[in-house]
Amino acid sequence: MSRPKPTLASTFCGIECLNPFWLASAPPTNCGEQVMRAFDAGWGGAVWKTIGEPITNVSSRYSSIDWEGRRMMGFNNIELISDRPIEVNLQEIAEVKRRYPKHVVIASLMVESKRESWHDIVQRAEDAGADGLELNFGCPHGMSERGMGSAVGQVPEYCEQITGWVKEKARTPVIVKLTPNISDIRVPARAAKRGGADALSAINTINSITGIDLDTFQPNPNVDGKSSHGGYCGPAVKPIALNMVQQIQADAASVLPLSGIGGIGSWRDATEFILLGCNTVQVCTAAMHYGYRIVEDMQDGLLNWMGEKGFATIEDFRGLSLPNVLEWKQLNLNYQIVARIHKDLCIGCQLCYTACWDGAHQCIHLDRTAAAPDTTRTPGIVEAESARRISTTPIPKLDAETSGRTNAITPLERIPRVDEDHCVGCNLCSLVCPVENCITMERIDKDLPFESWEERVAKGLVPTGASEVMSTNT
Amino acid sequence: MSERVPFPLQIVTAPKVAERFGDLHPPFDRQAAVPEANRCLYCFDAPCTIACPTHIDVPGFIKKIASGNLSGSARTILDANILGASCSRACPVEVLCEGACVMHRYNKQPIQIARLQRFAMDALYESGAPLPFEPGAETGLSVALIGAGPASLACAAELRRRGIRARLYDARPLPGGLNTYGVAEYKLPLVESLREIEMLSQLGVDFHFETRIDASGLAELERKHDAVFLGIGLGAIHQLGVSGEALAGVTNALDLIAGYKSGSLTTVPERVVVVGAGNTAIDAAIAAVRLGAADVRIVYRRGAEQMSAFRFEYEHAKNEGVKFLWHVQPTGVRGDRVVEGIELTKLESTEDGSIVPQMGSEFVLEVDLIVLSIGQATHAAFLFESSSTFGKIQLERGRIVIDRATGQTSYPKFFAGGDCTNGGREVVDAVADGKRAGIGIAKWLEVQYVQT
Ligand SMILES: Cc1cc2nc3c(=O)[nH]c(=O)nc-3n(C[C@H](O)[C@H](O)[C@H](O)COP(=O)(O)O)c2cc1C
Ligand code: SF4
Ligand code: SF4
Ligand code: SF4
Repeated sequence: MSRPKPTLASTFCGIECLNPFWLASAPPTNCGEQVMRAFDAGWGGAVWKTIGEPITNVSSRYSSIDWEGRRMMGFNNIELISDRPIEVNLQEIAEVKRRYPKHVVIASLMVESKRESWHDIVQRAEDAGADGLELNFGCPHGMSERGMGSAVGQVPEYCEQITGWVKEKARTPVIVKLTPNISDIRVPARAAKRGGADALSAINTINSITGIDLDTFQPNPNVDGKSSHGGYCGPAVKPIALNMVQQIQADAASVLPLSGIGGIGSWRDATEFILLGCNTVQVCTAAMHYGYRIVEDMQDGLLNWMGEKGFATIEDFRGLSLPNVLEWKQLNLNYQIVARIHKDLCIGCQLCYTACWDGAHQCIHLDRTAAAPDTTRTPGIVEAESARRISTTPIPKLDAETSGRTNAITPLERIPRVDEDHCVGCNLCSLVCPVENCITMERIDKDLPFESWEERVAKGLVPTGASEVMSTNT
Repeated sequence: MSERVPFPLQIVTAPKVAERFGDLHPPFDRQAAVPEANRCLYCFDAPCTIACPTHIDVPGFIKKIASGNLSGSARTILDANILGASCSRACPVEVLCEGACVMHRYNKQPIQIARLQRFAMDALYESGAPLPFEPGAETGLSVALIGAGPASLACAAELRRRGIRARLYDARPLPGGLNTYGVAEYKLPLVESLREIEMLSQLGVDFHFETRIDASGLAELERKHDAVFLGIGLGAIHQLGVSGEALAGVTNALDLIAGYKSGSLTTVPERVVVVGAGNTAIDAAIAAVRLGAADVRIVYRRGAEQMSAFRFEYEHAKNEGVKFLWHVQPTGVRGDRVVEGIELTKLESTEDGSIVPQMGSEFVLEVDLIVLSIGQATHAAFLFESSSTFGKIQLERGRIVIDRATGQTSYPKFFAGGDCTNGGREVVDAVADGKRAGIGIAKWLEVQYVQT
């Protein structure tokens, strides 16, 4: 019996989706022509660049962080919402929906915090044919100074109230897009839920200053010599977004259908968001970096992965990782691993050695070729020894002993050794090692049953007072 | 300083020749250098640093390129190797730093250390910044250095940084020794060698050119200075010892290379034979190809396995069109007034391992130019003919014996380094020797003067 062919089609708060890949509200969804080209490329949906009273943008308005040759690891903008008239945007939405009835078009909205203004824009967006509404409570720059965007998203009462106003009018699902610029994402999430939101999307961009020009002392992006804090996104923000997604999903008062956003650039990233419970994902920076075409691999990769794992639909694996994220106090204190270096893979860079000495617990040593373990040699001593070594260029004919030398095998004296009795299993060395699988973390059996901090506290094994201090980061 | 003409401006360049000897390894631009620098793992106690005879902190200077600290990178290089620019071009990195790079065992591509080193050095020159070192406070001590090649230059730099006067004497009109006159132009252009030494001269080294030091001159230098450094390199290239060797059209590899580099030689005739198969022979053969010869052959007594040239040099020569004739020995040179041919005999190995001429295998190769590159003598004779003092300097197989760590000879006031002590190795070995000797001399002098 052959497995069913996997499908990417799914439903998100009642909206039928061809696939979970949406373009986030941003420059890639600025106009109808773009959105139609994106749909042709394979995107399942688009959240229209936020519509509201047209604004004037500054230039420049983007800056980015490059990391070791990789461009745009982190991206930053001080752009505002759409600079095009509301009517034009709505006409184009109507046109797109007429031509692409099966694709999802969500109208992202932001207007002044008045009930009538929201009622009005909701009505017009739905009349244009939008499949749903996304309330932009996140924009951290420019709009917040006008009492909109994150000025709303950061105040739970406003969040709840405006969501309520929108719900009074809306016939289509209402998605509240959350700002991460807040200490606990669950607070605005709960407020949106109380206000009646049908779904959430997270995260919007994170307040940032990407850098300062060391020649001119001017920050980026440069607007006539000055700058302003902007919104950070792209690969660099994914870990933050994943954490916020998990926090929302693990909180009964917050949880709603969720569209995950933040640093998604491939099917792998998207799958991680879905495993933490997201129904759809939204992409901005990756599409700005490489164009719409990236969605081809997103669909292809996800389908292949689903096929390999035997998942027929998104729902089959959505949220599967949620039970694996616990609070620290619930983790097993008796689980013990140690580092093991695989001699055959080691290239002798000794990064693990210096990392464990300076950054961890001084339990990697360079005494493999010594007669007896020598734990007294420090990195400083090792370096001083080799500084005194005198070498010359090996000349084949003159130096017979060096002619057969090969650099294909790592000399034993360069391969470090882990003192397993002292290794605390912190993992640092295996993260530092440039060779995949060269350092593995192996479980050592201590014959001890599962025991968490919580249990220790319950058994009264912990001094009174300590349990209070050990609360989570919430 | 006076209106001395900077070294690089003292040379006549031959544009045609320069054109034909374009860079073997083109320089990096920033877009390529930074990702390459980031590829370096920053190994602890890095094997590349150990493999470099001057022990340049390779990961250190590479990471500074990655961070955009180019002046710091150049300083890190120069601190260990004052001729870092020349070495970045002339070093056989395949058997040195890059050969030792751990990346051979990872994705098989070593970090391009030499090109990165050149990138940092070029950036320093282009910035117009001075050498990032200053002469030490004058101590009143002085050292005479014989020969202005890499060993002496490196030694002089160490001395100047410690406030010791350094006086260099060289028989040639320009400094640099083999760096300037002997390294193939597509590796190290003559101007680059001079540009580097010009910078070094900011430390206040005294140069005395076209001054040949004989035995009595040496005795005088010994009297006038607190120590003497011998960086005299090697002597003349060996002769074949066959008839016809004195004909016009017989030259040697060093003269050929020095000739085209300094612009006095711009073409060679059609058919060229190079005798010998060391790195210098390869350089000469490739030079002949690039100077216009149609047919260039290397003849060697043994097989490819026994030649002293590096493997990659051999491959390079083949790529340039040089042909190799193994197991043959020149037995005579034919010609009337000029060379017309070279008489060769095939060799075969006997049961006891020795190689002997093969009976009746003689043949003649018609050639227009014969280039000898069969090893060099040392200047040992120069020391022997000297007065009793120099007789005290211990020699071994023609090489000056030194203490490897300090460069000191058996006669304490004399130090030595480079080819005259090791029989001919790489530029970087000479620099390392010179550096150790410079430090050694300074330490030794300190002891001498503390005692008084
Ligand atoms: C230039 C730019 C403009 C944006 N404009 C909007 C906007 O108008 N409305 C909105 O809700 N989000 C806006 N965003 C935020 C994106 O929709 C998205 O939440 C964020 O970029 C994170 O996703 P990413 O990491 O895939 O880029 C903008 C982002 C960028 C880079
Ligand atoms: S896991 Fe941590 S403590 Fe153990 S060897 Fe690695 S770095 Fe050291
Ligand atoms: S980091 Fe990895 S490759 Fe490098 S020495 Fe340690 S185990 Fe070997
Ligand atoms: S051995 Fe290679 S990777 Fe390691 S520091 Fe040297 S150049 Fe970098």
